[in-house]
Amino acid sequence: MTTKADAEFPRLHRMGEAGLLVEFGDRLSMQANAAVLAFRAALDAAAWPGVEESATSLKSVFLRFDPARLAHERLEADLRDLLAARDWYRAGLPEGRSLWRVPTLFGGDAGPQLEDAARRAGMSADDAVQAVCAAPLRVLTIGFAPGLPYLGQLPEAFDIPRQTDLNPNVPGGGLALAIRQLVLFPVGTQTGWRWIGRAALDVFGQRAERPFPLTAGDEIRFDPVETAEFEAAWQDVAAGHLVATREAIG
Amino acid sequence: MSAALRIVRAGPGLSLQDAGRPGFLAEGLSRGGAMDPLALAEGAALLGQPVRGALAVEMAGAGGTFRAEGADLLVALTGAPMMAEIDGARVAWSASHLLPEGAELKIGGASMGSYGYLSVAGLDADDVLGARSAHLAAGIGGLLQTGERLGAAPAPGPGGMTIAAEERFGGGEIRVLPSVQTDAFDAATLARLESTEFRKDARASRMGARLSHEGAGFSSTAHLSILSEIIVPGDVQVIGDGAPYVLLNECQSMGGYPRIATVIEADLPRVAQAAPGSPIRLRFVTLDAALAAREAADKDVKSLPGRVAPRVRAPGDIPDLLSYQLVGGAISAHHDNEG
Repeated sequence: MTTKADAEFPRLHRMGEAGLLVEFGDRLSMQANAAVLAFRAALDAAAWPGVEESATSLKSVFLRFDPARLAHERLEADLRDLLAARDWYRAGLPEGRSLWRVPTLFGGDAGPQLEDAARRAGMSADDAVQAVCAAPLRVLTIGFAPGLPYLGQLPEAFDIPRQTDLNPNVPGGGLALAIRQLVLFPVGTQTGWRWIGRAALDVFGQRAERPFPLTAGDEIRFDPVETAEFEAAWQDVAAGHLVATREAIG
Repeated sequence: MSAALRIVRAGPGLSLQDAGRPGFLAEGLSRGGAMDPLALAEGAALLGQPVRGALAVEMAGAGGTFRAEGADLLVALTGAPMMAEIDGARVAWSASHLLPEGAELKIGGASMGSYGYLSVAGLDADDVLGARSAHLAAGIGGLLQTGERLGAAPAPGPGGMTIAAEERFGGGEIRVLPSVQTDAFDAATLARLESTEFRKDARASRMGARLSHEGAGFSSTAHLSILSEIIVPGDVQVIGDGAPYVLLNECQSMGGYPRIATVIEADLPRVAQAAPGSPIRLRFVTLDAALAAREAADKDVKSLPGRVAPRVRAPGDIPDLLSYQLVGGAISAHHDNEG
């Protein structure tokens, strides 16, 4: 686990002439990810002149800025001051997050690798679904493709590697599993993650009122439903409606 | 009928492009936008329109056939030079032209470089997430198709303007800065990165360009599976076979390959514009040098409107001298092109 006592982190990296990366660890931990989310929230609240954009990965905060308005040395000094202002690893998750509940169909044609993933996790398919749905999962980060959430962390039993062969096409809404995380695809995608289900949520609706419903730090609870209920929910999603429910948490 | 540009025949790589859609990295969307922003700005300057908000048809490798409908249109041709003619008469590149109603503009393949731009006065398209450019990888907009009709404005001037385009179509030396994993490559490997003559791979796209070379790959001590991290256009990833791969405007937002360097913003369009097979060398520069190049590129764009000039033609080339407006140059001087 990364802690503030670890002298290596947090650390700064320059990324080109207009970018800086603040890295809070070199592997995924829920604590480092929470530090990332808290630090980005503090940066966004500070709204330093010249900072044009912030984003997070599993373990880092990225800033894009205008070097003509904000010198590297100045930004780096301000970042070091803000990092030193508190123990970000214990800062807690930021306010303004949401808990989503998403109707989800597991297994069968909607998740042809559920059995395979469950076997690798050493349990039955039913038990695997129960384990995945037992608790809300955090949106650890969003990226790779537009809107695509990385969700975690699942119990250790699900620390199964990505497969080397790619699934040719997991559809939009497809839920796939590897390395104690789930991903939810915005559109049909090739992937090495194991496809276990389909969730009734469009994570990138480019003409929707809210094109990107999720924010890093949100939580999602997948509610298993039967085929008929899912099909009806999916029709609504395809028509541009939000089927998942959302409530404020912290 | 309102003024429009009809795509009579679309080449394989036409898309609408503006300055892109920065600001959605947290949502996983890269900035996209014109691969050669200078060409977009040159087009706006030639039309006497503001650079900010400029929109053009980007043409990857080759153009197509276009027709003015409903009115005469004012068009400008910039970026990678392509063979162009209006109703069979050859017209100049890096220049603006009147496309009379009903006339056809035929644009062929690029003679140098990769991306040509067809700017049209008053060109319009739907706004998605604050921009009008297609982001092909993200499924925003798409490739323009034969038969499509693009809204435009009646020609606000006669054309006949030209601008000297900076040479940027044949690759050459590309300046880079260190990136996140540069230290994971040893000194000899970094020296070899600078001394190797690469060739731009023919499979380059709006997402990125592989740089091919003979000899060993570029290996690092970085873990084989670096945890995925934010990546941005310009980053030079070393992919599985050890080849450098330069990320371009429509790159993914996260990646797990080690990054050996990052191309400075001022030189990124040169990577995008280099024709397939063009020689490319990478050279590390200081942050100060990168910032100076950035400032110079910015000044260069701001100076464009003042560098637009009426094209000097032999009187014999002009079919109807009396109808040719010799004061046409005035159209560019009275607009705020710096927007």
